Parts: sequence; structure tokens; C-alpha cells
Amino acid sequence: MKIHEYQAKELLRQYGVVTPRGMPCFSVDEAEAAAKTLGGSVWVVKAQIHAGGRGKGGGVKVAKSMADVKSYASSILGMQLKTHQTGPEGQKVRRLLVEEGADIKKELYVGLVVDRGTQRVVLMVSSEGGMDIEEVAAHTPEKIHKVAIDPILGLTDTDADDMAQKIGVPAASVPQARAMLQGLYKAFDATDASLAEINPLILTGDGRVIALDAKIDFDGNALFRHPELVALRDVEEEDPAEVEASKHDLNYIQLEGNIGCLVNGAGLAMASMDIIKLYGGSPANFLDVGGSATAEKVTEAFKIMLRNPELKAILVNIFGGIMKCDVIAHGIVAAARQVSLSVPLVVRLEGTNVDLGKKILADSGLPIISGNNMADAAQKVVAAAKGAH
Amino acid sequence: MSILINKDTRVMTQGITGKTGQFHTKTGKEYADGLNCYVAGVTPKKGGQKYEGIPIFESVKDAKSATGANVSVIYVPPPFAAAAIEEAVDAELDLVICITEGIPVRDMIRLKYKMEKNNSKTLLIGPNCPGVITPDEIKIGIMPGHIHKSGPIGVVSRSGTLTYEAVGQLMEIGLGQSSCVGIGGDPVNGLKHIDVMRMFNDDPQTEAVIMVGEIGGSNEEECARWIKANMKKPVVGFIAGVTAPEGKRMGHAGAIISGGKGTAEEKLAVMEECGIRTTKNPAEMGKLLKSVLR
Repeated sequence: MKIHEYQAKELLRQYGVVTPRGMPCFSVDEAEAAAKTLGGSVWVVKAQIHAGGRGKGGGVKVAKSMADVKSYASSILGMQLKTHQTGPEGQKVRRLLVEEGADIKKELYVGLVVDRGTQRVVLMVSSEGGMDIEEVAAHTPEKIHKVAIDPILGLTDTDADDMAQKIGVPAASVPQARAMLQGLYKAFDATDASLAEINPLILTGDGRVIALDAKIDFDGNALFRHPELVALRDVEEEDPAEVEASKHDLNYIQLEGNIGCLVNGAGLAMASMDIIKLYGGSPANFLDVGGSATAEKVTEAFKIMLRNPELKAILVNIFGGIMKCDVIAHGIVAAARQVSLSVPLVVRLEGTNVDLGKKILADSGLPIISGNNMADAAQKVVAAAKGAH
Repeated sequence: MSILINKDTRVMTQGITGKTGQFHTKTGKEYADGLNCYVAGVTPKKGGQKYEGIPIFESVKDAKSATGANVSVIYVPPPFAAAAIEEAVDAELDLVICITEGIPVRDMIRLKYKMEKNNSKTLLIGPNCPGVITPDEIKIGIMPGHIHKSGPIGVVSRSGTLTYEAVGQLMEIGLGQSSCVGIGGDPVNGLKHIDVMRMFNDDPQTEAVIMVGEIGGSNEEECARWIKANMKKPVVGFIAGVTAPEGKRMGHAGAIISGGKGTAEEKLAVMEECGIRTTKNPAEMGKLLKSVLR
């Protein structure tokens, strides 16, 4: 689960991470009032969306007068902010963060990730802050330093100081950097985060260490023990189809193609997308109905897929294990009747009770195209999508 | 022969009084030698009861000492599953297979850390996996037993249903399996492809292996490099997720391309470099395997 920058900063401050003073704003008036409350003569007006790359997309502006604050706030609020992470249509800006300006002497990078190689949380730091860390990793990997964190001891003083020194934090500021890094890790651990990034972490002219930006993602599997974090969720930042699917415990991801996919199991669901592409089609979504789908769940899945205006055909690919083919067949028939199926439907059933499942589909009288195996079904659905203009 | 489990394995089910644990214990017991293999269940506060004639114990330790069970399968709900694994590890079982999906990563990091520090001999498979089957002998997990039969092919996969798909394709061309191992879809987990591949390499029954991977991480690449240097048997591979967009979790917690890393293309390229024949067509895993059989 993702949260906004201002929420991440509020959270990190509780763990001793120093950030600029700032306030979230939902209107131009609020932005102006925030700037007045903060005082000073320089403010930063920052779009709050869940995607990165906001600065390059024009979502972050430095204001040097109250008139600037007003004009930037009114141009950013409501804009469709396009970044490399939003997709071509961009993301509508509904919230701002207005902060005091900072005297940036040097920009650094600090991140925490779950590293599969060491099976630990790894602290990653770089002297190259303010840019995409992937770019740094690709071009100057020697400028990235890493240390795996002992889950019982936490980030030690030695490791924290060492990392700070490696990225050029001057000796006088190392204790501040240490507190910052240790605070970040404590926050990460306490909140069951899956990713935390401060990019940039800055050194100011007077030697202070400040988190100028902050990003935290949380482990969805751990949210059951963090109701306080669930309250930070902003569903307006999420794809509406994915939000709807999550209500029905369906694993759905919207894609750009026109062939809907309903599959049991994540691996088979990905493979179904891949084989559609291989035969010249384009998948409209990833959808794993899970191992215990009921007729109701299948119906909801059909409804969500059919809401997509691009949809030209649907492939159902089921290899029944626990999930019995007759149960899924009943679900398909019920769904097709209830939602008035407007596109061709290709169904491939295999596994437990497959003959019974096929009979139910055949007896239903619905115009269902049967696929004999995965390849046959994929070819048929690609052809059907091309035929249905 | 086979790997990890066979008809002499003695299994306890942790979480045997839950609906899922009961269902899969029953189907496991009814499969091949299952009646002899499934000897115990564990649910705290339900000790002394029975399910399908299988005695239930308070703890893994009690179940082990009373029945000699050396393997456990876990169907405990996610908030308590890591503790259940830990209990099995503390009782020094040979193998723990955790089916549970949705365990917090932090719990798994702490558990793996403890296993490493204590130099634990217990092997862990999963979590978030379908389990292991040695066809015609024993089935531990949620896979449909009836689609399998004993034979010369090893299957190792991060996905459940995609493993069934591979098995289905093998059966169509008359090839049975030595063992099929689902290692699961979580980023912090037990055995990796490479660990299972080592076992298949040493198993006299296994003549060739299908390796099924997916986007995220670099376990497939590590396994491929090991295969190039050590594997005496042909291996074919498929990687799911060529069409997966970056930065989105594709169902499995571990199936995510992040920072341009962990793509299917990258994995396939390394596998091919290491002499593993791969296909981009998930419907042709069986056919490809047949083409490399000696």
C-alpha cells in the first residue's frame, strides 16, 4: 500500500527523522494560509500523488512570494500530472504539500528495501541524490553502498556512521545522519514497510541533515496489524477497477489491451497474458480469481472486466485443483446470464471434474467458444477479439 | 527414488482443525500411501481429539515424539503462520511445507534469520506454495493428485496452477514425474530453485527437469548459472510474466519487476546462455521437455 509524501513525512518525524516544516493543503486558500503560517520568504509547492518523478512533470515549484504560492497552487491543484510512473493519461492532483524552502548544499539518496539475495532489509545509500536511483545503479553502480540489517539488532551505530561517511556526510553532521538512518529503519520495521526512500536527503549550508522527500510503501500482508496505516489509504490514487476488485478479494490489474483474462492462480494468469501476446493479441487485465472462487466472485470478475470499454473478448483459463471445474462452469453460466455478455467468451477448463464442467457449459446454450487446451483457447480468443470490431 | 518426500515420510498437519487443513489432510490421506503417511495433527488446545482417525496434539514436539512424524505441512492463518513454522523448526523436523499465503515479510525475515543463526537443519518450502508431490506415493499440499503419475521428470515452480499446467502437458505425452515441488511466490521464503535443482541432479529417478519461474528477484538466474556448472541432466524452462507491467505485483507478493530488474526477458536470456532450453509459450513446456530427453 502506498501513501502520500506528506503522510510519510508525518510518520517519519515520529521516529526522529528531520523534515522541512510543511502542511497538506486541499485548496489554493489553504495553500496560502499554510505559507503564511510557515512564514519565511521561500516555499515549495508540491503535488501529492502516489507516483514518483513529480518534479520533472511540473508538479513541484519553488515560490518566492505569496503571489507565487497562489499561482503555483492553483495551476498544480487539479492538473493531470504526467510522470514516468503515471502512464500517459497522468494522475489528477487533489492534494498539495506546502513546505518551507531549504538551503540545499548537497543531495544524497537513502533507501530501504527487502533484499531477496540476503533475505534481509538492506540499507542503500548514494552520494547521487535527487535523481532516479535506477539510473545511478545502471551508470555508476560504484556510487551505491549497501548494508544488510540484522533484524534483531537493527541498524547499528557503526553501520549507520559508515554509510553516512561513504556518501560524503561531513564528520560534524554524522551524528545527525546516524539518527536519521536509524529512525528511518525503526519506522520501516515498526510499520511493516516494504520500501522506504528519502530522495533527496540533503545537507544544508549550515550542516543540517534533512529529508526533503519521503516515500514509504507498506506490506499489504501486514496491514491487518496496522489499522492506523490503513486509514492513510487514498483510494482516489488507485485504479477504480482495481479498488472494486479488491473489495471482492480478487487480484486484478488493469492493462492496456482488449482481451479480458479470468484465470485461477497468479502464475497461470501471467502465462495466459503471455500466450495471448504470443499469438498476436493483447491482454486487457491480469485477474487471479484464487483457489476458492465462488459463482458470486466469478460474476463480480466478469462485471469488472466488462466495464472496460476497450474489451473485445474474454478468455477464461482454469486448471482446476481445489477449484472444481463444475463449480467454475456454474459460475460462468450464472455470470454470463446476469451481466449480458457483450463480447465473445472463450473457455478452457482442465483438471478436477473437467467433463462435468464442460457439460454444464454446453448445456447452458450460451454462445461459449470452447478451447481444448491453453494454446487452442489463446488462438481462439485472439481471433475472436480481432473479429469483434 | 524421488526428492524430499516418499512413501516412508510421516506427516503432521499444523492447523488440522481449520477447514483448509482438514480438507487437504483428508485428500492427502486418501492419495496413494497417504493412509500410512499422515500420522498426526497439531492444534493448540485441541490435543487429544482426532480428525479422520488422525490424533491431534498440542504441539509439534508432542506430535513428533508420539508418532515419529518428521515432516510438517502448515495451513495456519497468516498472522500465526510464521510462529507455526518456527515451532516446527524448533522441534527439528526434517522438512516444513508452508502452504499459507499472506504471511508478512517482516515475520519471514525474522524467521529466516533465526534459522540461519541456529544453523537449522530443517528444510523449509514456501510459504505461499502448493506443496510437494511424489506421484503414486505421497501428496503434501493442495495440488490435484489425480493429474500426476510416477515417472522420470522433475518439476520445480514458483506457481501452483502453472505447475499443474506443466504436469498436464507431460501427461499428454505420457511422461510421469519423479517429484513436483512448488517453492512458492513470496520474496522471503525457504528452498529456492537452485536448492531443488541440486536434489533433482542427485536423484537417480529424475532424468530431466522442467523449471518454471516468474518475474521478480534473480533466483532463476542463480539456478541457471549453477546448472551450467553442475547439472548432469537436461533442463527446460518457462518464465511467466513477459507481458507484466513494471512496478505492479502480479498476484504473488514476489512477482514484481522493480527498477527494471527481475524481468522475464532477463531471466530467459541468462537461462539460454546457461544452456537451458526455454520457451515463451506456456503451452509448449511438455513438448520442449520431450525434445531434450536423451
